[in-house]
Amino acid sequence: MKISEMSQFMNLECIQSVYDDATVASAYTSDLLSDVMANAREHSVLITIQAHKNTIAVATLVEISAIIVCNNRPVPEDMVAAARTERICIYTTGDNQFTVSGRLYAALRTG
Amino acid sequence: MNPLPISADSSPSYMLELLFRLKIRDAMTTHLVTAQRQDSLRTVQELMKQNAITGVPIVDGKRLLGLISVDDVIRALDDGYIDEKVGPRMTRNLIVLEDDMPLSFGISYMEKYRFGRFPVLNKGKELIGIITSRDIIVALLLEINREMEKLEQQNLPNPEVTKGRTRKVFQTRKFDFENAGKASSAIKRILKDKNVDATVTRRIATAAYELEMNQVVHSTGGRLSFTLDSDRAEVVATDSGPGIEDVELAMKEGYSTATEWIRSLGFGAGMGLANSKRVSDEFSIESEPGVGTTVRSIVYLKGKTDENQ
Repeated sequence: MKISEMSQFMNLECIQSVYDDATVASAYTSDLLSDVMANAREHSVLITIQAHKNTIAVATLVEISAIIVCNNRPVPEDMVAAARTERICIYTTGDNQFTVSGRLYAALRTG
Repeated sequence: MNPLPISADSSPSYMLELLFRLKIRDAMTTHLVTAQRQDSLRTVQELMKQNAITGVPIVDGKRLLGLISVDDVIRALDDGYIDEKVGPRMTRNLIVLEDDMPLSFGISYMEKYRFGRFPVLNKGKELIGIITSRDIIVALLLEINREMEKLEQQNLPNPEVTKGRTRKVFQTRKFDFENAGKASSAIKRILKDKNVDATVTRRIATAAYELEMNQVVHSTGGRLSFTLDSDRAEVVATDSGPGIEDVELAMKEGYSTATEWIRSLGFGAGMGLANSKRVSDEFSIESEPGVGTTVRSIVYLKGKTDENQ
């Protein structure tokens, strides 16, 4: 599954579309940046409510390819700009982390 | 020849090399004030006064015949022959230097003969300059200055030990979340450019990020020094306060003194130090309340060796 294909089965809005449309290897759900730093895998999708510039810093270091911001959390412009520079995709959704994680997990399981 | 004022055996080789590399002609003055045999001693005295010098070579064209020093003029005034010609009164038995002699000869001559100046001749025995101790000091200062600049630019005090080393220092500021993570990102880029293994890079970047965020969140500001050698990467985080009361407690996963609003940003979960230690092959932390904290993390590029496990 490609990053761009996630919106086909989830209620996602892409707000940062300058990215390399890579294959989604896995995903990690966390709002603790240290935890993301320690445990998220490379080329994965980060499911979180942490919508600020420092999320991009962590995502860059871990090489996360896309971020899904849940619960309709507003995404500040400097976060979008930083993500554009780093070519990281940002989706927003009204769903919570549980729902998004479950849907993505099922989709990745079935391929 | 008298020895130099510094030891030829134990002085820095650079200094000795410099004293022999520089030639007399590099330091001498080529602006010559001279007089002729038939000029009077009073004329020479005037020349000294006008040019603020203490010695005037007496020449025939480019051939050096002798020298009148300020001592000769004083004696002439004392003994009342100041209006006589210089020819019979000048010093003929002169010590001269050659232009392609090393500057060290000039220093030795100054030590040995205690003259204020030496005429400088070229291979053809023509007078081409004059050298004083001041000229030597100026030439040495300029050359040492040039070399120091070169050394500072390299920023490598010992080229032997620091061969192939990459070093970079980053500043962090309290609550500067705007720039937080920039140092770690820069460090990661360096590692990527140097083709360091991805897993190893991730460990170094994690340590750097946690230590950087710790400084932003907890310290009054600090410095992150990154050093990459052929076998290891080192991150040293040094801040200037406030220091940690109980280091053992601070190392415990989940313990944090972060405020609520810092936690709301996803920081302050008490994982930072524990994370950095976990990814490090060598880890140390020193802290003194009121002084500051230094954390050192080392990651081996080829993974842990057996003796370090």
